[in-house]
Amino acid sequence: MNILGQRAVFWIPFGLVVLVLVSVLAGTVVGPVTIPVGDVFASLFGGESESVSPMHRLIVRQIRLPRVLLGLLVGSALAVSGVAMQGLFRNPLASPYILGIASGASTGAALAILFAAGSLVFLPLGAFLGAAAAGLIVYGLARGRDRRTSVFTLILAGVAIGALFSAVTSFLIYLSSGGEKLSDVLFWIMGGLGRARWTSIAILGPISAAAFIGVFVLARDLNALSLGEEGAFHVGVNPDALYRWLLVLTTLLTAAAVAMAGTIGFIGLVIPHVMRLLVGPDHRRLIPVSALAGGCFLIWADMAARTVLAPAELPVGVITAFLGAPFFLYLLKTRGTRL
Amino acid sequence: MRIAIEAVSFAYDPDTPALTDVGLGIASGESVALAGPNGSGKSTLLRVVSGLLRPQSGSVHIDDRPVDSLGARRIARCLAMVEQDRSMGFDFTVREVVAMGRIPHRGRFGRESHDDRRAIAHALEVADIQGLADRSIRAVSGGERQRVFLGMALAQEPAVLLLDEPTTHLDLRHQVRFMRIVRERAADGMTILIAIHDLTLAAQAADRIALMHAGRIAEIGPPGDVLTTPNVRRVFGVDAVIGEHPDLRMLYVLPALADRNARSSEE
Repeated sequence: MNILGQRAVFWIPFGLVVLVLVSVLAGTVVGPVTIPVGDVFASLFGGESESVSPMHRLIVRQIRLPRVLLGLLVGSALAVSGVAMQGLFRNPLASPYILGIASGASTGAALAILFAAGSLVFLPLGAFLGAAAAGLIVYGLARGRDRRTSVFTLILAGVAIGALFSAVTSFLIYLSSGGEKLSDVLFWIMGGLGRARWTSIAILGPISAAAFIGVFVLARDLNALSLGEEGAFHVGVNPDALYRWLLVLTTLLTAAAVAMAGTIGFIGLVIPHVMRLLVGPDHRRLIPVSALAGGCFLIWADMAARTVLAPAELPVGVITAFLGAPFFLYLLKTRGTRL
Repeated sequence: MRIAIEAVSFAYDPDTPALTDVGLGIASGESVALAGPNGSGKSTLLRVVSGLLRPQSGSVHIDDRPVDSLGARRIARCLAMVEQDRSMGFDFTVREVVAMGRIPHRGRFGRESHDDRRAIAHALEVADIQGLADRSIRAVSGGERQRVFLGMALAQEPAVLLLDEPTTHLDLRHQVRFMRIVRERAADGMTILIAIHDLTLAAQAADRIALMHAGRIAEIGPPGDVLTTPNVRRVFGVDAVIGEHPDLRMLYVLPALADRNARSSEE
């Protein structure tokens, strides 16, 4: 069910694509220094023309645009990961963050920062391995002898594993005894797009794209899974294979996002909900629409993070939680069990 | 399609067998009811037949093909299941749920084919849920929901329909409505295996009844042969009055609350 008519649902993806373009442009314009729209276009498409100051061109090309595009990628990855998690566990409370995968990724990233100088190879690798470890442990704990996944065990295991990895991360911070490494590690915990570089996008882009395509291919199977594990089997979808693929893909998405931007919360929880209300639960629509909306949301949240206390910069995770948590509570209160 | 169950044994854990040496042949177009106490193995047998569980020994063949050798998708093209209690994870519409019955016949993406739309429309009509098509699956009553899942199973256009206590939670009117649809499918030639608690309904819906007891088939045959007071006492430990309505030719089973009273009046 969705709260809009079928015609509105048809247009939502197109509206979101327009919104993405507008958001990318706005994110490039807005900042401590406002860059006129004309200068943005001139910087991007105008070659080395004299009409734009070299300073503006540098800001647009090397700072703002990679940052905005990274926001788009990370927001999309988290939202799609959230959709997949909620579908996998048939539980609207599931999100990459709640299940401890992001905490695992942070621990892995912290290890990479402390012991491998946070190199661009070891950092995503560390985050990925941490995420995979957390995901596998939670999955293993929640899967009983009868091969059914217990939702309660799942949530509890996720909370426990998340806490455990957070403790490890805290311990690593303690070991780092201040300095640059400390601030590097704290960056993961608070989440932010401030270190966006084209290399980040070159790494995160292909991983996210591949995992996104993977999840999208499984959209129909996720629909079948809402019939329950046995129900899915009876319409020809093998739930065990589906679980394995979804865990790999959501771990990839989450790990890639966290490796580049830290643990940004609430996008993976709230965006899927809002989109489900707008376009209904069919994952073939829900997944692409959530990707677009998640990307837009993070771009605007990052704009707020850059401007609210300018020239100081807030961690974007603060903004997403600040907007996301009350909105989620509002949904919980007004929609109740229909969530 | 015919089903051949041969010497099937299954245990969820090694110490407590759920099925022991079960054999049952179901002819194409026949409907067989599985009756018996809770925990006697009815649901387990259905799960083994559907390929969901692999028996530790013995075999299940559908038209000479072993179920083990077929993947979930190939099984789902010829066999559908309606469970006792199925809840939807998300807020799908009734039509979307029924359309999920087409999953084994369709590609991952793309629009519904002409065949898909025809099968869905037919299933909605047969299950008598056309009026609910645009409602949320979560907003319909329990009786309606079971008909929706029956509709979904019928949209699969299966040759074999398995039902696991589909009417247990339904009121009398919905029980009758549901079972009438099942009986009509049987008349159309669908092979049906249904686990059911209501012996009176079972007697009307099935060609044969298999009484299960402690993981074995204790009795099997036409309802009139199987549903006898001694058999019911042996399997359920309950005294029952069993008779046939003289005009309607309807078998009825009346369980007695009072101990042993029923026995004396019947024998």
